[in-house]
Amino acid sequence: MDMKRDYYEDIRLFKSNVVIFWTVVLLIALFTAPLYIDSYNVYLLNIIMVHVILAVGLNILVGSTGQISLGHAGFFAIGAYGTALLMMKFQIPFVFAILIAAFIAAFFGFILGLPALRLEGPYLAIASLGFGLTIMHIIGGMDVFGGRMGVRAPPLDLGIQQLGLTWILKTDVQKYYLILILTILLVVGARNILKTRVGRSFVAIRDSDIAAEVIGVNLTIYKTLAFAVSAFYAGVAGGLFGFVLGFFDPFTFNLILSIMFLVMVVVGGLGAIQGGIMGAALITYLQYDLFKNIAEVPYLGAFLVAVSKQWFTLVGLENFNAMAIGLIMIGIIIFEPLGMFGVWIRLKKYWMTWPF
Amino acid sequence: MAAPGCATALAAVTRERNYERRPASMDHFRVENLSISFGGLKAVSNVSFSVDRNSIFSIIGPNGSGKTTIFNMISGIYKPDQGRVICDGENMVGLTPDRIARKGIARTFQNIELFSNATVMDNLMLGRHIHMKTGVFTGAFMWGPRSKAAREEVKNREIVERIIDFLDLQSIRDSFVANLPYGKRKLVELGRALAMEPKILLLDEPSAGMNTEEKEDLNIWIKDIQDDYKVTILLIEHDMNMIMGISDRIFAMSQGEKIIEGTPAEVQSHPEVIRAYLGEER
Repeated sequence: MDMKRDYYEDIRLFKSNVVIFWTVVLLIALFTAPLYIDSYNVYLLNIIMVHVILAVGLNILVGSTGQISLGHAGFFAIGAYGTALLMMKFQIPFVFAILIAAFIAAFFGFILGLPALRLEGPYLAIASLGFGLTIMHIIGGMDVFGGRMGVRAPPLDLGIQQLGLTWILKTDVQKYYLILILTILLVVGARNILKTRVGRSFVAIRDSDIAAEVIGVNLTIYKTLAFAVSAFYAGVAGGLFGFVLGFFDPFTFNLILSIMFLVMVVVGGLGAIQGGIMGAALITYLQYDLFKNIAEVPYLGAFLVAVSKQWFTLVGLENFNAMAIGLIMIGIIIFEPLGMFGVWIRLKKYWMTWPF
Repeated sequence: MAAPGCATALAAVTRERNYERRPASMDHFRVENLSISFGGLKAVSNVSFSVDRNSIFSIIGPNGSGKTTIFNMISGIYKPDQGRVICDGENMVGLTPDRIARKGIARTFQNIELFSNATVMDNLMLGRHIHMKTGVFTGAFMWGPRSKAAREEVKNREIVERIIDFLDLQSIRDSFVANLPYGKRKLVELGRALAMEPKILLLDEPSAGMNTEEKEDLNIWIKDIQDDYKVTILLIEHDMNMIMGISDRIFAMSQGEKIIEGTPAEVQSHPEVIRAYLGEER
């Protein structure tokens, strides 16, 4: 154990040199990753990072404040459509477009937070679910948003057209660096929020709202604030997601997506930043990549294809993917209720006392 | 045990920061004709009392006589049907609990209301909520020790550390409240209320569930809080030794109504109090 000399040491980002070392290793790995992985995996990493942003934001709401939301695909959609349309229709530079879209999402988060003042648990889940579906159908029903045909994302131009500056990110690798930097900023931001006054107030509301009020936490402000912050994260994530996909329609942001976001948070670990990151990484990987090449595995592939044709729906091998995700989820919840964050904590303890 | 040295140092700090602006009026805290009923049952009817600055005012009475209900009305959790709660000339009735907390009224609960999945430190820092300003953006941009958010954290952390010293909580500073024994939780809740630097401190059965030794410590602490923090303390308690030992005034009630208000000696010998507590002789 090292001695502490200053109260700031308890809240600073890097608690020891060991942490600094591993952070640097991780950062180097992340920044050099595109050099030695193929472009499909860069694309996958982009999606993972977008989901990390969203899951970290959702975890502030679900894990730290104790409010459930099944409507985050709605905020995600607002971010994606908002950014793309602001850039296409109003020629607003990307940086401002994504910020404005995220604040619009945050505003809708605030609106959804209002019923949350009266609703709890399953009732809130239903209300937020309704919100997510409504957003999806409103977007699908209006021509401004491209209707059911969807929207093609504009070129990702980091420059400001009006000043004659253009810096268009074309490849997945270029987008990777943009998303990586934003992810790091937002994750550190979330961590800082949770370490300071606002984050503590969120936790207070989760653990005992009556005590929170009695110590001076205004429930109306902080509950709606938790929704707004969470929706802001979803908005930024959505804005980036649009460019990763390149093309999206209203049904990209369906109910299943909202549920998968919640699954990421629960599997990763409620109320922990690392939980959101690990959950998003694992679930996204499982969803996109797990059984991608299984049809080519000798014997097993052919067998699964046959089983799928005989018994399952036309979707084919994706059925097995869904089943595998379900099993892994059940397994984690049964054996490690704290999620992957619980595993992380135990590993850390183990290494701290190693080799004893 | 309480460390008087630390307590005095803390008192000096709190006094110079907060306490000099108070007027020296005698009418410090007053409850007027407070009444509330729950579906026809009159839980509290027409209770009035007035508390001197920096005194210990105890409320006693049998179970269900409405003591905690009075606290709930003062702290804004219940809205009284009629009556007023006046603190330094301001009426508290109708304000939300968080507004009342900002006016300087802190409380503890009979059945401990702590944030159990947070550490003792976080619980105490939450007591500083009303004295801090960091918002979402200032908080999110806590880059380095010189940032606004970090400086505010450290400043308030110092005040919390003094309370930790005062209540002897050093060893459990980073424990989660859920893992603490009952007596310690009571102390953490007291510490959280103290961290608010209140003018009025409402303590709802602080010694419940404590053993004799812990009760003795608590006795000393409450006296110290009165002396060092210059707080007015309203106390609900069942332990008669404690009540008689530390109270300046006692308010005895039964079935929502006042029996008598007076000094410990007066209350102790009042026939109705004896009857309410021991039952009637037939």
